[in-house]
Amino acid sequence: MTKDKETVMLTMNGQTITAKSGTKLLWAALDNGIYIPNLCAMRDKPEPEAACRLCWVEIEGRQSPITACTEPVAAGMVVNTTGEKALKLARTGFELLMASHALDCARCSANGSCELQKIAKVLKCSLKPKRFRQLLRGLPVDESNPLFTYDPNKCVLCGRCVWVCRKHVKSGVLGFAHRGFERRITTFGDEPIGKDCLNCSACVKACPTGALTMKDGKKKTDIA
Amino acid sequence: MNPDKPTAAAAAFKELKERAGAQLTQLTHDKTVIMVGTATCGCAAGALEVLQTFKDEVKKRNLGCAVIEVGCMGHCYAEPMVIIRKPNSPGVCYAHVNPVIAERLVNEYILGENPCPEFVLAAFEPNDILPSFQDFPRSRYEQKIILQNCGHIEPTKIEHYIVAGGYIALAKALEASPENIIEEVEKSGLRGRGGAGFSTGQKWRLCRQSPGNTKYVICNADEGDPGAFIDRALLESDPHSVIEGMIIAAYAIGARTGYIYVRAEYPLAVERLEIALKQAKKLNLTGAHILGSDFCFNIHLFKGSGAFVCGEETALIASLEGHAGMPHHRPPYPTTHGLHGKPTIVNNVKTLAYVRHIINNGADWFAGIGTKKSPGTAVFALAGKIVNTGLVEVPMGTTLRQIIYDVGSGIPGGKQFKAVQIGGPSGGCLPESALDLPVDFNSLKEAGAIMGSGGMVVLDEDDCMVEMARYFLEFTQRESCGKCTFCRLGTKQMLEILTEFTFGKGRIEDLDNLERLAEEVKAGSLCALGRTAPNPILTTLRYFRQEYEDHIRLGKCPALMCQHLIAYYILPDKCERSCDACIGSCTVEAISPNKKRIKVIDQTQCVKCGTCLKACPPQYNAIVKLTPPSEVPNDNSKLKNQISKPQIKSKN
Ligand SMILES: Cc1cc2nc3c(=O)[nH]c(=O)nc-3n(C[C@H](O)[C@H](O)[C@H](O)COP(=O)(O)O)c2cc1C
Ligand code: SF4
Ligand code: SF4
Ligand code: FES
Repeated sequence: MTKDKETVMLTMNGQTITAKSGTKLLWAALDNGIYIPNLCAMRDKPEPEAACRLCWVEIEGRQSPITACTEPVAAGMVVNTTGEKALKLARTGFELLMASHALDCARCSANGSCELQKIAKVLKCSLKPKRFRQLLRGLPVDESNPLFTYDPNKCVLCGRCVWVCRKHVKSGVLGFAHRGFERRITTFGDEPIGKDCLNCSACVKACPTGALTMKDGKKKTDIA
Repeated sequence: MNPDKPTAAAAAFKELKERAGAQLTQLTHDKTVIMVGTATCGCAAGALEVLQTFKDEVKKRNLGCAVIEVGCMGHCYAEPMVIIRKPNSPGVCYAHVNPVIAERLVNEYILGENPCPEFVLAAFEPNDILPSFQDFPRSRYEQKIILQNCGHIEPTKIEHYIVAGGYIALAKALEASPENIIEEVEKSGLRGRGGAGFSTGQKWRLCRQSPGNTKYVICNADEGDPGAFIDRALLESDPHSVIEGMIIAAYAIGARTGYIYVRAEYPLAVERLEIALKQAKKLNLTGAHILGSDFCFNIHLFKGSGAFVCGEETALIASLEGHAGMPHHRPPYPTTHGLHGKPTIVNNVKTLAYVRHIINNGADWFAGIGTKKSPGTAVFALAGKIVNTGLVEVPMGTTLRQIIYDVGSGIPGGKQFKAVQIGGPSGGCLPESALDLPVDFNSLKEAGAIMGSGGMVVLDEDDCMVEMARYFLEFTQRESCGKCTFCRLGTKQMLEILTEFTFGKGRIEDLDNLERLAEEVKAGSLCALGRTAPNPILTTLRYFRQEYEDHIRLGKCPALMCQHLIAYYILPDKCERSCDACIGSCTVEAISPNKKRIKVIDQTQCVKCGTCLKACPPQYNAIVKLTPPSEVPNDNSKLKNQISKPQIKSKN
């Protein structure tokens, strides 16, 4: 009985899948080999960030698409990750991000491992959306750390680096600052990253984009 | 409840009330009472000087009058306002009082018998000499519930509130069971006045049912909406009504601690709340064993940093906890996981102010006012192109036309009504055709606006709808916390498009792009700031699309508001040759006379500040605005060429 309570059966894209009760749809999907675009979700975070707004799915009986990272699985739930309405929102979210992304794949060391490239492919979107005006922020690139470079102009503000950084350095070297369009990842008092950093490179590994990259050209996947 | 056997609370309250009554009588009995409205609106108009004048005069001449400060009566257009109550005479309300008038009132009315009708706004009770408020057309529509005390009692004296019927509801509530209270509030149909209109009783029930012994009540007094000042007026004028509502709410849900989250930019509200909280504590209306009952509850004041998004309940809670004021995903809702993870209710100032009236008069009484789905009254802050700016409280279901024309006395200056913007940056612009809409939560939502914080800005023919949308978007864009993609980047993109329109630079496809993006930002944003930010765009597109098209296709701003799409032009046949008022007024020296001494504006120099238009004497009225700027007659350039610079210099 308790076992039944713990696992839940639901349907996703016509396929029956099981997941532990309480699991968010996003993880249930990924664990079953179904990819849903996502940038800000972290498995060990107690509350979902729900900030990137890319993980839209359609759930039977619900009027509008739902973010998969916030919605727990439920028995008998019927989920479609490729519905038109969900994809439309995901594409808009992605295109908004890309319109403010300093695109430079050819010279970016994330090229090939970048999750933005992956998402573009899945959503069948261009990396250079025509729909929106290009709105770049032109912020200075931080080269102060001996191991890695931080380019805020490529950051999508997913917050993964902030989360992993907190786990290594209690007070956290990285954090969010400013509001609205000016929001960015920075250090306390906007000091160069080099100062209190342990040089663990965990943030580089976590970063889905080319915002944080190794200076020696090492790929994120090769970081220990 | 057993009516025959008064409980400890009832007995304690009875004693309290008698003491308060005695104290107040001592202060005012048989005396003339002068009440000066010193809420923020009054102070801005000069009420403090008036107050001082009365105090000085009373002292100097030893008049023995009581001079007291009261809050805002809602007639902000008539500030500073003073009420004089002489024993055995109707109370008289004076408008636009200044120190000189104050002195005259002392001489002629307080010392004499002349009520100075020329300064009277109205008397409170019908009488033979002066007009009374009952004669105003607006009194047919107004029904004051939560504004009842505002401007009539001294907000810094708890005795005054108690004598006016305050804290009776609390004493009554303490005799009932918490379930009874929730039932009553639920039955009344009260909906939250903070914007979304969620059932208050239901919210309280959800919180009461959430497991756990620690629960919180939070009063949301963040009011960050530009143009809304109702919560401020209530807190400045009648703080105890909100505190009483909070205590009853706490009793109903089982909370022992409450917070009032108030904007630090409201210093007077903060000050009056601090005083009120101290007084309530002293009389054991808060604290341990309230009125001798088992119920204990403490209220703390928290001064917020004033970011608009901090009014959103999850951001507000984060801010109270000492984190950045950022919203998070709901569910979980605060009713289960609120402050410090404990069940919490967040209620608006107005919502809480209704509670005592519902307890006093019963759920059926409240449910009988207003419309079926939105019972009670609606409070609006009237602003913009309207004669009577200020606060109005009318039953839900009153039409916009009645509010604007009967209560607000219409548009000043004989101008044409164009639209009414309801609900601030999250609300929408409704056109003339919506004027007969009975306003309540549902009808406004259907029309594309929201009740929001109750801001109601009336716009006339001189207001451009594209600019209006751009203005609000600029606000929400600036106030977006930046956490989520749609709001952070979507509002920026929309602002960009709108700004181009106001420059006459847009493309016609951008209209559809804008509309689509607006819908998507509405659907895709994390919190209600982003989800409602597109409303001003969507409603103006829905009701005023032609105006957008004029901007784009013709480079024309029909309201003559968008600076880049207009030109100032001096009509040659109206320009008086001997006058040169405009020349001196122009800060960039763009105006000079031609050979016939007719003044001409050099369009390449003009910065479109509009000072010349104001400087041109009304008897000539020779300067006009033209749109698009190409409307300026061609011969202007010819004229321009004939002007030689030295001539301007010799002129100065
Ligand atoms: C951006 C934003 C700002 C808000 N500002 C306020 C505010 O200033 N005051 C308020 O009472 N509610 C505000 N709200 C609504 C609150 O989130 C919440 O719904 C309300 O306080 C609940 O109280 P009620 O049920 O009494 O209406 C705001 C919501 C959003 C999204
Ligand atoms: S630097 Fe990378 S990991 Fe950090 S917020 Fe930006 S995109 Fe995310
Ligand atoms: S909608 Fe706007 S204010 Fe709300 S979480 Fe998103 S970015 Fe922040
Ligand atoms: S992964 Fe769901 S919003 Fe970012």
